[in-house]
Parts: sequence; structure tokens; C-alpha cells
Amino acid sequence: MPLLRIEGVAKSFGNFRAVDKLSLDIRAGEFFALLGPSGCGKTTLLRMLAGFETPDEGRILLGGNDIAQVLPHERPVNMMFQNYALFPHLSVRDNIAFGLKRAGMARKDIATRVAEMVALVKLEGLEKRKPDQLSGGQRQRVALARSLARRPQVLLLDEPLAALDKKLRESTQGELMELQRRLGMTFIIVTHDQEEAMTMAGRIGVMDAGRLVQVATPRNLYEAPASRWIAEFVGDINLFNGQVTARDRGRLTVSTTEAGALAVSELWPPVTKEVVSVAIRPEKVKLSRRAPATDAGASQAINRLEGVVIDVNYLGGITSYRVKLESGAVVRSSMANTARLDVDAYLAGQRVVAWFTADDCLVLEQ
Amino acid sequence: MSARRIFARPARLAAIAPYLWMVLFFLVPFGFVLKISLSQTAIAQPPYTPVFDFAEGRAALAAAFAQLSFDNFRLLLQDNLYILSYLRSLVVAATSTLILLLIGYPIAYGMARLPQRWQGVAMMLVIVPFWTSFLIRIYAWINILQHDGLLNQVLLTLHIVSAPVVWLSTDSAMYLGIVYSYLPFMILPLYATLSKMDASLLEAAGDLGASPRQAFWLVTFPLSLPGVGAGALLCFIPIVGEFVIPDLLAGSNTLMIGQTLWLEFFTNKDWPVASAAAVALLLLLVPPLVLYDRLQRRQLEAGR
Repeated sequence: MPLLRIEGVAKSFGNFRAVDKLSLDIRAGEFFALLGPSGCGKTTLLRMLAGFETPDEGRILLGGNDIAQVLPHERPVNMMFQNYALFPHLSVRDNIAFGLKRAGMARKDIATRVAEMVALVKLEGLEKRKPDQLSGGQRQRVALARSLARRPQVLLLDEPLAALDKKLRESTQGELMELQRRLGMTFIIVTHDQEEAMTMAGRIGVMDAGRLVQVATPRNLYEAPASRWIAEFVGDINLFNGQVTARDRGRLTVSTTEAGALAVSELWPPVTKEVVSVAIRPEKVKLSRRAPATDAGASQAINRLEGVVIDVNYLGGITSYRVKLESGAVVRSSMANTARLDVDAYLAGQRVVAWFTADDCLVLEQ
Repeated sequence: MSARRIFARPARLAAIAPYLWMVLFFLVPFGFVLKISLSQTAIAQPPYTPVFDFAEGRAALAAAFAQLSFDNFRLLLQDNLYILSYLRSLVVAATSTLILLLIGYPIAYGMARLPQRWQGVAMMLVIVPFWTSFLIRIYAWINILQHDGLLNQVLLTLHIVSAPVVWLSTDSAMYLGIVYSYLPFMILPLYATLSKMDASLLEAAGDLGASPRQAFWLVTFPLSLPGVGAGALLCFIPIVGEFVIPDLLAGSNTLMIGQTLWLEFFTNKDWPVASAAAVALLLLLVPPLVLYDRLQRRQLEAGR
């Protein structure tokens, strides 16, 4: 039995179906991310877990008990709000102690727990400050401490890092992961930032139009997206539409109008449709001046596409190129800048061969 | 000549205009009243001495100046009539403000929680009575409250009372009139604070284990205190000086300071004492006015 089981939960606002018969299991101690574009229903789902919205249908089982109709203040679940929702009239200490006082904890125990929480989020010395005397990062920590203070069975985090700048966001991501491991608590985070989800979560549930379209580890989500929509939503990808023309021992040949015949490895589950898209991530597309040696000796086929570099974007760690093929289609390639001197760099206008292996290709049904 | 230069002068003039207005229509008249309050009654035209006559030269002016005294203020402190009037004004204002708060808060709270499109309608309903003259509305109350008025008719028909009740010329009628007239001044500032409140704060309170009632007393109410203060002072200050409502609806055993002032001025023709009473009332209202100003400023700062 998982800690949290969401069973056929649905919620509509007027005619808009925000969450559509969604089912999901979350294990105890898991760091789970709900990822999706805005309006996909991820926040509504989170708010149903917190109790701010009541599902129209379905059950939410926490430790076996249906909590779908339980009021927020009676749930062993806490939420960290996107805007932090700190009480402006209360000090840092009183904000953190708010939930403990409601739980009827003894005064002495509250003081101990608050001190523990303040230390946990490194806010020592700021206990008497009011929220408007804190920086954005400090406020985020108070919100985190306040939501953790009651030791909830599940901590819900609604875009917890959205208001922080990039540097602070990255360091906070690490701290959140560390905290979750140390406390062994179950975290469910809602985010529209796929990098954030991939960095922190053990599993990611991708939502679109009120449904879960894929639940997978970050790696599987990226390398084996379940649909073309997910492939395009998570990271960059090159897509070529075509038809399966040959099939030979796990090797498909897909003929595309934009990139000619492409050799593609067929993975589980088998491709059943004829009309498909071949997808390849930019970092798996390599560029070279001449075509690489024929695949004599190589165990897999290599696809080669000739074209002209039209765009070079130097991004520090990587350089991303856009290569225009003879068909007019554009292939994106990103290559790690492994050497300081740019011996491997290509210039706009240069003729190159973009190549990738059959194993690196994905076949997605349209 | 640059465009900036062209506009500089009128802009500066516009900035002076409100000060000019205040000096001309507030400070100068106040100076007159202050001067009269330091004068003595006289059976003359105008009914007080000394009269400053700028045509009679500096010596005469200095002599007139020497005649000014604080006698009238001393009288205010010695005569029970005035002290009781001030006390009654403060008690009536404080009681009315409390009643207004008890009625206004739930209304403002309800308005702030209405769906957005209904809030405008509710606001209209609060303001609409202002479109009718204030005096007409008070006279309407006299009509309702009199011996054979609407209220007694309803009570008699429903057999709640067996004989007509005396409503008019009682304190109840006066409080009713005051609360009725000042309610919008209580509701609007309260509504302004309550409607600005972040709904996620209440969710956070609930999330942290506070029942809706606890969430109200621990979060909503403390955060609405600036509105409570503003509303209370906005009602309290003018009610202290209220004249029309107690004069038309209350009995005549104890008077509010506004009524006493009126009596002194029009019935006794004692301008100096009336002026002294007015100046004293103004001084009495300075502390709450300062408090109101502070609250306003704090709210502005919080709103940024």
C-alpha cells in the first residue's frame, strides 16, 4: 500500500475540467514532482491534496484513509505556498509556531521545535523579524520551516522556488533535496520548470489537460518520453515525420521527407503504427566536417545528414548549432565545449555532416 | 524657452492652491473664532468686546488686545453644563462607534467575500442612501418612530406590544439615527482593508491547523485592525460634534456639546462662550485626528 493513493479524482470549475479522473500512487519517503504547463491541473491536484478544493469524484487515500472530504485543518498534510503566505503581523518565530500552537503542543515543546526548525533552515538570529524585514530567500526559508514544523506525513510544495533568482534557486534545490533525505518525509512538488523537477524529484508525473500523461524517473522521461507532446515539453528535440518502410530484427527504417531514410532501433513497446515521428535530442546529434567512417565494425547504423550551419549559439558549457538540411529542414545539435580552445567549433555557413546512431533515435507515434 | 519652464510656474501655483484654501477658509475663520472666544459678551452689534478697529491706530489696537482674556475657557471648566455636554458627546460617540463596529464589520466582511462582480453592487447599496439628503432621511426616521408611526403600527399589528411605545426623543432613537447615518463611514474603510487581504493567508492558517473561527481571530482580525481604527475614528470624530441627529431624535435632558454650542450662540447670544466651546471641542478632537492620520500613513506604507 502506498502512502498516498489518488483514485479516479476529478474536479471541474464550471465547464472547465481541471483534473480529469486522475489516479496516482506515491510511496512514503518519495520526492515526487508534478510537472506541466500552466493550466494543466497540477495546482488543482495539489490543492485537493491540501484540502482547499474538494474532488467532484474519486478518493484520496492517505495511509489507507479517504481524506477527500476532510477539511484542511484536520489533515496531516502541510503546504508551502507559492507566495509563501507568511502572516505579516507575526514574527518569524510566531509564524513557525503557528501550526504547533494549533496542535495544542506544550509551550516548552513549541520553543524547542521552533529552535530546531530555525536551525534547520539556517535562520538563527532572525526569529524576531517580521516577514517584511526579510529577503526573498529568507522568507522562502520561513515558509519552509513553518510547513515542516508540524512534521506532516506529506509536504506539498507549490512552485516553492519560482520567486527566487536563478543562483538562489539552484542552491535551494540542493538544500530541499538534502532536507527531504534527512527527514525521510514525502515531498510532492508542483512546478512548471522541467529542470527543477528533474533535478530534485525521484519520479515525475507529467500532466496535460487534467490528466497524467506519463509518470517516470527523470531519465526515462527524457530518454523515453511516452508521446510526442511529452518529448517536446521536456527538453529540446528534433522531430522528423515519416513512414515505417522496413522492419528487420529490431531495426526500423523510417522514410522521412525532411531527412530521407533514417535507421532507428525499435525498443519496447513495439511500434504498431505506420505513420510515426523520429525524434532525436540535440545533444545526441554530432557534427563533423566529413562523414564519419562507415559503420564497418560498428554494431549499429549511423544516420548522416548533410547540411550547412546557419546558427551558432555559444552558451558556455555547450554550444548549440542549427544546421539546415537540403530539404530545408533544420536540425539542432548541441555539443559540449570540452576544450578551451575552439578547435572543434563550426562557423555559420560551414558545410557539415550531422550524424547520430539508430539507438539514440526515438520512435514516437503521432 | 523649454517646455519645462512653461509649465513650471502654473505647477507651482497649483501646489500652493490647497494651502491658500486652508489659510483662507480654515485658518482665518479659526482666528476669528479664537479671537471671539477670548472676548467678552456685550449687548452691542457685534455682541462682544473688544472690537479691533484697525483705523483707530496702534495704541487703541494694543488696548483692545489687552482686554482679551481666558475667562470664557475658565467658565467652561467651572460650569457643569459644559463638562457634562463634553462628557455626553464622548460617551455617545464612543457607544455609537462600538455599535457601528459591531454592525459594520460583519457587513464589510461579507462584502469582501462576495464574488468580485457582486462586490460592486454591494458597494452601491451602501452608498445609495447618500443620494438622498441627510436631513430628509432623518425626518423619515422621525416619521417611522413617532407615536403613530410605521414602527409602532407594525408592532401593534403583530401584537408584539399592546400600546404604542415612545421611541422618539429617546437615546435609542438618537443612537439609531447616528448608527444609520454613519454606517457607510464604518463599512467603507473596513471593506477596503478586508478586500485587500490575501486569501492564501487564510488557507495557510487552515493548512496549519486553524479552524475557520481561529483563522478569523488569529489572522483576519489582527490584519484588519488598521481598517477598524480608520473606520472608528472616521465615525467617532464627527459624532462628537454631531448636532442635527441628537437635536431631532434625542430627548432634551442632557445635551451634546454641539447642541450646547448652538444654544449659547443662537438662544443666549453669547458668542464668546460659544466660540470658547467650539475651540475646546477642536482641541478635544486633536488627539483622535492625529491618531487617524498615523493609521492612514501606516496603511499607506503597508499598501506599498
